[in-house]
Amino acid sequence: MSTTLERWEPVIGLEVHVQLGTATKMFCGCRNLFGAPPNALTCPVCLGLPGALPVPNRRAAELAIRFGLAVGGTIAEVTRFDRKQYFYPDLPKGYQISQDKGPIVTGGTVTTSFFGDGKTIRLIRAHLEEDAGKGQHEESGGSTLVDLNRCGIPLLEIVSAPDLRSAEDAWAYLNELRLTLRTLDISECDMEKGSLRCDVNVSIRPRGTTPFGDRVELKNLNSFRGVERAIRHEIERQAALLEAGGKVELETRLWDDEKGESRLMRKKESAPDYRYFPDPDLPPFAVGRAWVDRVAAEAPELPLKRLERYTSVYGLSDYDAKVLITDPSICRYFEETTALCNDPKNAANWITSELFGLMKGGVSIDDVKVRPTHIAELVALVKDGTLNVRSAREVLAKQYEDPRPAKEWVEKLGLVQVSDRDALVAIVKKGMEMNPKAVADLKAGKEKAAGAIVGYAMKETKGRGNPAILNEILAELLKTF
Amino acid sequence: MTGPLPLKAIADSVRSGARTSVDVATEYLDRIERGAALGAFLAVDRARTLAEAAAVDARVARGEALPLAGVPVAVKDNIHAVGFTTTCASRMLEGFRPPFDATVVEKLRAAGAVVLGKTNLDEFAMGSSTENSAYVACRNPWATDRIPGGSSGGSAAAVAANLAPAALGSDTGGSIRQPAALTGTVGLKPTYGRVSRFGLVAFGSSLDQVGPMTRRVEDAAMLHDVLSGHDPKDATTSARPHAPTAPHVGDGVRGLRIGLPDEYFGDAVDSEIRASVESAGRALEAAGAVLKRVSLPHTPHAIPTYYIVATSEASSNLARYDGVHYGRRHPEAVDIASLFTGSRSAYLGKEVKRRILLGTWCLSSGFYDAFYDRALRIRSLLKADFDAAFRDVDLVLCPTTPTPAWRLGEKISDPVQMYVADILTGACNLAGIPGLVVPCGTTGQKDTRLPIGAQLLGPAWSESLLLRAGAVIEAACWDPSFVPSFGSAS
Repeated sequence: MSTTLERWEPVIGLEVHVQLGTATKMFCGCRNLFGAPPNALTCPVCLGLPGALPVPNRRAAELAIRFGLAVGGTIAEVTRFDRKQYFYPDLPKGYQISQDKGPIVTGGTVTTSFFGDGKTIRLIRAHLEEDAGKGQHEESGGSTLVDLNRCGIPLLEIVSAPDLRSAEDAWAYLNELRLTLRTLDISECDMEKGSLRCDVNVSIRPRGTTPFGDRVELKNLNSFRGVERAIRHEIERQAALLEAGGKVELETRLWDDEKGESRLMRKKESAPDYRYFPDPDLPPFAVGRAWVDRVAAEAPELPLKRLERYTSVYGLSDYDAKVLITDPSICRYFEETTALCNDPKNAANWITSELFGLMKGGVSIDDVKVRPTHIAELVALVKDGTLNVRSAREVLAKQYEDPRPAKEWVEKLGLVQVSDRDALVAIVKKGMEMNPKAVADLKAGKEKAAGAIVGYAMKETKGRGNPAILNEILAELLKTF
Repeated sequence: MTGPLPLKAIADSVRSGARTSVDVATEYLDRIERGAALGAFLAVDRARTLAEAAAVDARVARGEALPLAGVPVAVKDNIHAVGFTTTCASRMLEGFRPPFDATVVEKLRAAGAVVLGKTNLDEFAMGSSTENSAYVACRNPWATDRIPGGSSGGSAAAVAANLAPAALGSDTGGSIRQPAALTGTVGLKPTYGRVSRFGLVAFGSSLDQVGPMTRRVEDAAMLHDVLSGHDPKDATTSARPHAPTAPHVGDGVRGLRIGLPDEYFGDAVDSEIRASVESAGRALEAAGAVLKRVSLPHTPHAIPTYYIVATSEASSNLARYDGVHYGRRHPEAVDIASLFTGSRSAYLGKEVKRRILLGTWCLSSGFYDAFYDRALRIRSLLKADFDAAFRDVDLVLCPTTPTPAWRLGEKISDPVQMYVADILTGACNLAGIPGLVVPCGTTGQKDTRLPIGAQLLGPAWSESLLLRAGAVIEAACWDPSFVPSFGSAS
């Protein structure tokens, strides 16, 4: 703990915006996709043409409800949309459709079970809104181009209570939130693609006191680590101000990750008046119990529920289970493998120790050529004695580059395990003759001595001897040797 | 011929082959040329309209059943019709070509109607005289030195002068009914949610409805039946199925209870107008209706409430005209702020700016509760007034305007005087109920005969009843085939 933190207690709250993984935009039928050519995914509604009207996307509301249920929040019985008004070139209507007074979710909590110390952070609300477009300033000529593909993509804004007390807390909360959102297929939460964005409110107060200090809002945070750095920097900045006899101004600051510092964006006095009012184009809509129940029934399993299943039903260790669960794509991969080979423990082992060993430098499991079918086949081949573990490992390494079926590699590399009893009996006999001391030790009850003989047999079979059969033969021969 | 034909007769003649759709369109396009001095139209495109008409003839020849076969309809220039510009009578949208049809135009075209052109209005439908058009003032065919009312003044003048057999208007606080009353035409403001607003350029979204403006009540019913129904593109339309009204227009009013609201017959209303509407009431009585006095006690609050709700919504709806994505852009803009302020200052008219400022102020932090929120509460009281009245009566009959058509320029420098012109029409939009205006007589002063319109208001979804009562008044008090000669009067 820095000396600052001995004197000051930070109070932190986060506003997280996530793009919802719907097929279409929030209020029109345009596709919700990242990376299309500029303005290709637009129509009169999201362009804000005169005469166009919004029609709400029910799927977006369902994903919001799914989130609300996952965090134990209250789902509004009637939810409504408001207009948040400001002028900006990337906002073609001159207002953003959002929810001010009737958010679809209020309350709920997030507990940092996977990434933190199990702290529970309260949520104030989560509401639906539409994304704005993107302005791009040209390097030369000073003109600005506007791409409205993003305009109208559904967003869920999740506002936490000021329950976080450190940069680490904020990092853990963000990761935990992302895990929930990704596991529930609500959002991709990819900060690089802008499908998760985050603003932070920070204030500090002398340790041991309760009133909140004046808070500063930080914007332009581009990674979770950036959030942590920005918070640490802001705590130090505020502490320095206060310790020098100054005061913290209510203001919004922009974080510059490269420079590792923030600069003033606007003071509170110049904060915009958004003139919220109920959007007359969108009547309030009732969220009936039946609808909520249906959303609950089709929701994927929550991370904690999954952890319980992996440890109790699959018999995985807490550690292994968490490794799988914290990355939903790995989890999906594991589930597919398990469904194919019906052996969760071995599937988990092959994925987390063998496959991970081959994956280097941030490769995503979705891009790996070895698919769940490959892993399931290897697990089965080892189980039925065709391959021993060493050979299977060799096959996997080959498949990682060239994902042909294991059987082809086994043939090509001549890796079929030798289980021919007569051949193995001869080899074991020879090994015993060559290692009289080991035989004597074995007879004296020193089981470890078997290693020398089995090792010899493995060497003779180029590693393909079936270890189980070798041990069996050795035990038998010992009786008469 | 005995004057303008009903729409049904026009469609019958085209369907039977007696005339082609092109013949009908040509006849009206010629009339529009002769009546150009009225300033009723902002856009006419003879070639385009004749091509549309020829396409209708081809559909008739293929045997398509078209209820409005060949019926030319003029469209208020705040409603999109592909092929025509939509300017809203604003410099801001000069030359703007919409890439889609309004749902109402799509429905008209599907039914065989032909778009005759785009009619004049007060800029963005803000006004009661059509003098706020940025392009040309519109004149009342009954006395061309007088205004036709507004904001659907162009549609009203076109129908009154028989430049079009029918037109579409939009009504936010009386913009169909008031000009209908001042020009001797029929205008229907449907129940909020009955007709799609998709493709209508928004003014006050919770108040706006599109409706027909015609010479005859039966024509209004016929168009209303085509325009009505749920639209998946407009979340505020009702899913309630539309029961056709046209077959029942002649059903009469026997046994209907009709209320005369005290508050609408006060001294602020011209005595000739009161007398004329009372005579319309007697006509209903003679046809078997029972007249009753009723009270709508919150009526005096309708105008301030209306102007707060409408301007607040307008301030938001018109934010999109910023010069960035479409519309006019100020040529001297050097940065984002000057692009916004320059374009809006230069290309929005005075009344539009006045209303944007008023609405922006009403929604501002610190004022919202005192204005917008309070207006919403009064709005529900006005609604409750009507609910209570409609427990005692089936419909309400009242005047539409406090005065007949006034002279151009008479009120234009006094916005409050102009706003008061909506005093008898705004409550209907705030309550979301339907309103029908039917001509019921004329003023007899001096040598000036100016039309007077009776206004019928009913509970939500009661259009059929309104049209039945309207037909009774029309039969007793009006000659729909009379076309004023539109010479100037004093």
